[in-house]
Amino acid sequence: MNQAMNTTTNAIISIRSCSKLFGPVRAVDDISFDIARGEFFSLLGPSGCGKTTLLRMLAGFEQPTKGNIFIDGAGMAGVPPHLRPTNMVFQNYAIFPHLDVRKNIAYGLRKAGLDKKQLDAKVDEMLELIKLPGFGSRAAHQLSGGQRQRVALARALIKRPKVLLLDEPLGALDKKLREEMQLELRALQRNVGITFVFVTHDQEEALTMSDRIAVMSSGKVLQIESPARLYEMPNCKEVAGFIGTMNFFDAKVKGREGNATLVDAGPLGTVRSTVNGSTAPGAGAAITVALRPEKINISFQQPNVGENVVKGTTSAAAYLGDRSHFYVSIPGRDKPIAVASQNIERASDASRTDQTVWLTWRDDSVVLLTS
Amino acid sequence: MSTQSEASRPAAHVHVPSSVMEGRKYGFLFFYALFYIAFLYVPSLFLPLFSFNDSIYIAFPLKGFTLKWYGEMMASAGLLDALYNSLKVAGVVAVVATILGMLAAKAMTRYTFPAKGALASFIMLPFVVPGIILGIALLVLTFSIGLQLSLFTIAVAHVLVCVPFSMLVLISRLEGFDKNLEEASLDLGENAWTTFWRVTFPLALPGVIASLLLTFLSSFDEFILAFFLAGNEVTLPIYIWSQLRFPSKLPSVLALGSLIFMVSFVLIVFAEWIRRRGVSEPTKPGA
Repeated sequence: MNQAMNTTTNAIISIRSCSKLFGPVRAVDDISFDIARGEFFSLLGPSGCGKTTLLRMLAGFEQPTKGNIFIDGAGMAGVPPHLRPTNMVFQNYAIFPHLDVRKNIAYGLRKAGLDKKQLDAKVDEMLELIKLPGFGSRAAHQLSGGQRQRVALARALIKRPKVLLLDEPLGALDKKLREEMQLELRALQRNVGITFVFVTHDQEEALTMSDRIAVMSSGKVLQIESPARLYEMPNCKEVAGFIGTMNFFDAKVKGREGNATLVDAGPLGTVRSTVNGSTAPGAGAAITVALRPEKINISFQQPNVGENVVKGTTSAAAYLGDRSHFYVSIPGRDKPIAVASQNIERASDASRTDQTVWLTWRDDSVVLLTS
Repeated sequence: MSTQSEASRPAAHVHVPSSVMEGRKYGFLFFYALFYIAFLYVPSLFLPLFSFNDSIYIAFPLKGFTLKWYGEMMASAGLLDALYNSLKVAGVVAVVATILGMLAAKAMTRYTFPAKGALASFIMLPFVVPGIILGIALLVLTFSIGLQLSLFTIAVAHVLVCVPFSMLVLISRLEGFDKNLEEASLDLGENAWTTFWRVTFPLALPGVIASLLLTFLSSFDEFILAFFLAGNEVTLPIYIWSQLRFPSKLPSVLALGSLIFMVSFVLIVFAEWIRRRGVSEPTKPGA
């Protein structure tokens, strides 16, 4: 059977059982998933997790040791980079230092068979798109980091690739420019309608920009989800810990009560979770309870509730203007619980450490992790 | 990015307080440096000095100014033939050695393969083998495979010793720019061959020119290998050496030596200028 038929109709990229070995190191370890047409797809993970290797396999700079990659239905085994319908924006942009901006952008059109007028028009259109009109005759070393990034983008987009591959393109920019470029890049992607595969180690960047995110670790894909679902419903401790901050509690399943799962979470007492629904494990299973800091409510007076409440002492507090971070110690637990609270009320200079506080939360905030 | 390019530029405009300069002006190191430069260049300056001296004896006191040795040089058919032979051999050697050096440098900087380090040392070997040993070995080899001694055998020997030079110069140049630039070109639709001509070669050009000049000059200068491997046609160093037996020919050899000295000097300065100019260009964006 033709393996290309395994791809779903809407997939532009299909990765099937792909592995890449560098000597004994499994940089990419038996990965399979699809990327949909027109999607902004991020590969997220710490350095060394295999995300860049996977991207380089899509570009054709590396060949998979095992498995296959299909782009738009065509097998990519043995297809060199210059014959693939992909273009790449490199981490350090790789702007050709011996060519000016125009020649950099037009670099990939040599074989397109355009006359000078058509070529100039296309380059002008790109300069307009990246908001650098009039920069055509600048030399590469006269550009700032953000401008180089835009030129690298234009140089790749002018080829109208089916897939644009981006290797941590915002990593070299300062924070303010990076945040600006995140929004711009996202708008640009919607505008041109090309599938973007975006590699990053910055979870906030991935959450801001992506339609879907694949979280990678040690060469494997841990979870592929939309940003909101990834944040709210991580499927394992590693994902939960990598995306944002998370409080973990060792726990044991006690049983079910309606659509909720009852869990004995040690110092937290018995907690109820309505997040995992029917997929939660059965009674007696050892699991981990995960609770986001911002999903915990902190109050300095005892609240009038019977369950989902625990009393503790603030061991550290940080005032951040719009919000405050507290670290709350509770009896029977070494690690303080992280709590993030919106500063809705006017703050005073009164000390907020060593205060007795009560923490409360809702049933639908409690995530149960089996691994 | 700009800081990088500024850092690699020579700091010619750095202001040094004048009191510091004055304190050191005539110290021990100043005289050491003077003596050092004199040691390097005074012997060579005797060449032009005596080439204008109106006497066939290379001895003081100087007799008077003349240009006749230059005229005699131009009239000597043997000398001009030898010069032409040398230019021919050095030209071919420079081009061939630089092509081979480029291939080796590309392999050394862009690919990983087994025994890479060992192979690099192996290519560098002619660099360290004494010329006289290499000369004898090549002579034996030439005879045993039944080859006629000629300018061709000299050129082959010169290529052998020039490839390491060329490889070293080009490795440092290829390592000086980001290999992502070549990958970007492949990614934008150029194959390995066109990528070489559109990206690698233009960026390596200062190194290529430096390599051409260096290999040209080392072949042009080379005596021992040429001495062993010359047939009926000789190169300039061999011709000069053969003329030393005739005192009357010596002044015109000095005249030629002075000209070569001047041209070599200009070429080396030019090669070094090109190399530095290439290095100071910012080639690594955003690094």
